[in-house]
Amino acid sequence: MKVSEKAEEILESLWIATVEGGENAAHFDTLGIGHDDEGLSELSGLAFVEIHGERVHLRKEGREEARMTVRRHRLAERLMMDILDIKDASADARACEFEHLLHHGVDTKICTLLNHPTTCPHGKPIPPGTCCEQARQEGEVGVVALTELKAGEKGEIAYLAASDVSKMHKMMSMGVLPGSNLEVTRTFPSYIFKVGYSEFAVDGELASEIFVRKA
Amino acid sequence: MQNQQQAEKKIILVGNPNVGKSVVFNTLTGSYTTVSNYPGTSVEVSRGQCQISDESFLVLDTPGMYSLLPITEEERVARRILLEESPYVVVHVVDARNIERMLPMTLQLIEAGLPVMLLVNIMDEAERVGMQIDITLLQEKLEIPVIGGALGRSKRGLSELREAISNYQVRKTTFVYATDLEKDIRKISALMQGDYILSKRCLALMLLQRDEEIAQRVQDRENSHYVKVENAVNETVFARRVDLHLRISLERKRICKGLLDDVVTLQEGGRPAFAERFSNWTMNPWTGIPLLLLVLYFGIYQFVGVFGAGTIVDFLEGSVFEKHLNPWMIGWSNQYIPWYWLNELLVGEYGLFTLGVRYAVAIILPIVGTFFIAFAVIEDSGYFPRLAMLVDRVFKRIGLNGRAVIPMVLGFGCDTMATVVTRTLESTRERVIATLLLALAIPCSAQMGVILGLLSGVPGALMVWLACMVGVFLLVGFLAAQVVPGERPMFYMEIPPMRLPQLQNVIVKTLTRMQWYFLEIFPLFMIASVLLWAGKLSGALQWLVEVFNPIMRLLGLPGEASTAFILGFFRRDFGAAGLYDLQTEGLLDPVQLTVAAVTLTLFVPCVAQFLVMQKERGWRTALMIFFVVTALAFSVGWSLNQFLLMTGLL
Repeated sequence: MKVSEKAEEILESLWIATVEGGENAAHFDTLGIGHDDEGLSELSGLAFVEIHGERVHLRKEGREEARMTVRRHRLAERLMMDILDIKDASADARACEFEHLLHHGVDTKICTLLNHPTTCPHGKPIPPGTCCEQARQEGEVGVVALTELKAGEKGEIAYLAASDVSKMHKMMSMGVLPGSNLEVTRTFPSYIFKVGYSEFAVDGELASEIFVRKA
Repeated sequence: MQNQQQAEKKIILVGNPNVGKSVVFNTLTGSYTTVSNYPGTSVEVSRGQCQISDESFLVLDTPGMYSLLPITEEERVARRILLEESPYVVVHVVDARNIERMLPMTLQLIEAGLPVMLLVNIMDEAERVGMQIDITLLQEKLEIPVIGGALGRSKRGLSELREAISNYQVRKTTFVYATDLEKDIRKISALMQGDYILSKRCLALMLLQRDEEIAQRVQDRENSHYVKVENAVNETVFARRVDLHLRISLERKRICKGLLDDVVTLQEGGRPAFAERFSNWTMNPWTGIPLLLLVLYFGIYQFVGVFGAGTIVDFLEGSVFEKHLNPWMIGWSNQYIPWYWLNELLVGEYGLFTLGVRYAVAIILPIVGTFFIAFAVIEDSGYFPRLAMLVDRVFKRIGLNGRAVIPMVLGFGCDTMATVVTRTLESTRERVIATLLLALAIPCSAQMGVILGLLSGVPGALMVWLACMVGVFLLVGFLAAQVVPGERPMFYMEIPPMRLPQLQNVIVKTLTRMQWYFLEIFPLFMIASVLLWAGKLSGALQWLVEVFNPIMRLLGLPGEASTAFILGFFRRDFGAAGLYDLQTEGLLDPVQLTVAAVTLTLFVPCVAQFLVMQKERGWRTALMIFFVVTALAFSVGWSLNQFLLMTGLL
């Protein structure tokens, strides 16, 4: 029962206006549509929405679909900005195109890759999916930056997010490699961690580029 | 001499920093060593002789390196030595506790086709943490000679090492990477046709990792054929663009893990040693800062300031030169040299002997000597990386990173030498900022000695002076960080274990630095003497003094102070000493004294430092720093004078 892209856009705006905005319904102007909109008739056909005059109500039956649409959009935004490093105005437009592809479990994969983010880059909440709930129940912390660890915590290096190739290379030749176990011994004034019997000091910037699977 | 050296068999020591390489070097060679900069670089390389059963070897100690693929200047030099010195044997020294992390470089050395043997050092500390290493098994697996030892405190393993060196025979072994990686390596190494010192397999890997120096060498050797190699390399690099470096590192790690299976056995070790707890104290700001103050007080103030600049200088300058050597030289000169100008040049007020030699030997030598001893002790204890980590956040604000603490501390000994050492900083931006701050706000030991003596008589003056220096250092650094273009620095450093410094190492390091100091700086003192002499005879000095008089009055100082400022340029402490004379004559009140001391400390560094600045940073930057520093010194002096007069603080 996959809805069309147009219908998804309407659901998304409707969710933002009603559930997040606190209105009971959204006006056609807010949604940017008219009476004869195809997406709208598709949604009312599915009984996801009700139309009263020029105002659209989100029905209980449409809530889940709307929630997931918003989730996909915000996950797409995170993916654009955090991983693909597209940070300008085009990021939002691309996220809009991209979100429609995140069906059939792709959203779950991306959510896991991003370590179940709770907010979009603009600070709005990302509705949690089943994968997030499951991870929370199992107490999984997933992969986090070194900066998230407290002194005394241990973990396994998952990957190095290189911003400067030669510095990453230096870290690798010093033995800071994916698969190595590390223990953070100090987080202030700089980060100190142990790999084997060696200790390394890095600043916050570099520490945020070392990603660790918490033990 | 050259031929004889080439005929001699060479032993080259390589390894990570802090694995006890220089201790191994000193144990092998005894005291017959020379330390010199590697041609065209500022990196020190030690050479020494070693006798093993009637055969004489030349031993080279290379700077610490983490990998055959160099990133820092030290690593580049270390590799160049391996490439150019045609070794009889390369001894790879590793720290037993970190063998898993360091063994990948052994693989690289073997892979390069070099005659390698492995020295697993610091076995005693590994055993203390419950680690057992089966050296015989490791030797079997690696198929190269492996020696276990602890050459730091005991001489354990020394006779085995000597024996293994003298019986060394080259054996070729290879380690196999994953099939796909092997295929790429073979494809590229097969395309190379020339003869190389390093194996083609190793060259191929370095080409794939985009090593420019190796690419240049291969290009020179292959000539027109190089295009094929380059194309193949580019193709592979593109195909593996996602994770080539990582893949290679992980493959090496995998091989090393296999090699160390059954070789290393771990038992739960005892509680953390005292050294480890002490190490934590140095890095915790609450305990680290008091410890730093203790180090500065005893290491620098008491040892260098009171003992070096006080006791020894008094003896050398007061007794040896003033009472014996100078009168004898002056008498000799007056008797045999009738020409006034030549007499003046040799033994006059600014004479080569009476000023140049006396200054260099009687004042600078003890101060710098004691400072270098203190510096070497601190360096060998492993304290600097901890200090760097402690100050990194503050240093980031002034456009530097924690590493810059080393040249900064060195600057308290000699700003000129510290300016040379700024080379070790990674970006041009950091080097420029560090050079500026050294020139401005870091007083060298010679100057500090006199300033401390000068201001100690006036209560509060020392505090005002200190506050001005710290304030100017931070403020100017902060502003420079905003103005000087370039990328922001990043900080990463290995924290070596804390160790008790070895006496022999400290002595060798101190002597090396003092030797450098004399060869580089001594001639500059001579030049300064000649310039002053010429200035005095021609009247240019007098003219310059008069030009400065109005500026002095603007700062509220007597005109006589200008002599001190001009002389200060030729000898940083001489300016301060000039103030000392003015004070004893009662020409300066406390405010004037403080203003003069602050201005003089900030004022343009000595002529030697300026010349080094020019050499290191070029004319443009050097002149710019010169003008900025001069302008700042006098404007800070003027403001301070106004402030002190207004508040009546002193």
